Amino acid sequence: MQDEVLYRESFPILGNDYEHGGEVATKVKSILKELGISSTIIRRLSIANFEAEMNLVMYADEGRLEFTVGPREIEVIVADRGKGIPDIEQAMQEGYSTATAEMRARGFGAGMGLPNIKRNADRFDITSTPGIGTTLRYAVSLTMPAASETQ
Amino acid sequence: MDIAPLAKSAGMKLDEVRALLNCDVICGSNRLDSDITECFAADMMSDVLAFCKPRAMLITGLTGVQSIHTADVAELTAILFVLNKKPVQQVLDILQAKQIPVLSTPYTMFEACGLLYGKGLKGGYHERDKVAEESRKETMELPGSK
Repeated sequence: MQDEVLYRESFPILGNDYEHGGEVATKVKSILKELGISSTIIRRLSIANFEAEMNLVMYADEGRLEFTVGPREIEVIVADRGKGIPDIEQAMQEGYSTATAEMRARGFGAGMGLPNIKRNADRFDITSTPGIGTTLRYAVSLTMPAASETQ
Repeated sequence: MDIAPLAKSAGMKLDEVRALLNCDVICGSNRLDSDITECFAADMMSDVLAFCKPRAMLITGLTGVQSIHTADVAELTAILFVLNKKPVQQVLDILQAKQIPVLSTPYTMFEACGLLYGKGLKGGYHERDKVAEESRKETMELPGSK
């Protein structure tokens, strides 16, 4: 949990709203740019946010994406009300997908979403209750040097 | 995997891509001097988000709003739609607010990729086992990085 909040904002996301799917991720990206966050951080977080937003649009009824900028990290919580994920371990495997033809026609549903969010985050956690909904909690560090810098 | 391009090239200007592929300029006619050195061709936006390097040009047949958001969040230089595909007005309205030039070519994706490859452009992707490390390194080099 963040001990100090420098900025926090929350956005609603509607399930099945493909027309606007991706707008929250691009709004958050603009805000982070205005806050002066480095493009290294912004790109990784924006990719994670876009995948999380599209997952919510595709699989949930409704939910919210909230991001919090602290002194050490940017934390994102994406919580939805929906059918949930019965087997998280299976859902985390690249290529595993329950996508419909419409989802694939829009370029998503290849089973890359959750692994891609985890890959772009320094901290990642997912909880889900079938029939209730899913909560993703992930963060990108503002202080940790990139892996390539430490080698 | 390292596939060498047919021709040695320092890249192309987007305007050269436009001329080579008989493109219509959908958006960003004032940004045709953008440098293109790498491309990523896909209709799966998740693959683009997972593997595409920043600054690459996206070649796709998907003209929906998610293609635009994908190019935006992945920091891509331009979008090339194949098969003469054009976005609907709602997508054009969103494009107006972005700084991403968009072209449309009558060629198929295979032909467009082949012609660009023949001019020396390279695949702009991270290998699967190096994605996390390379994407961090690449974004360190983006304009505005600290």
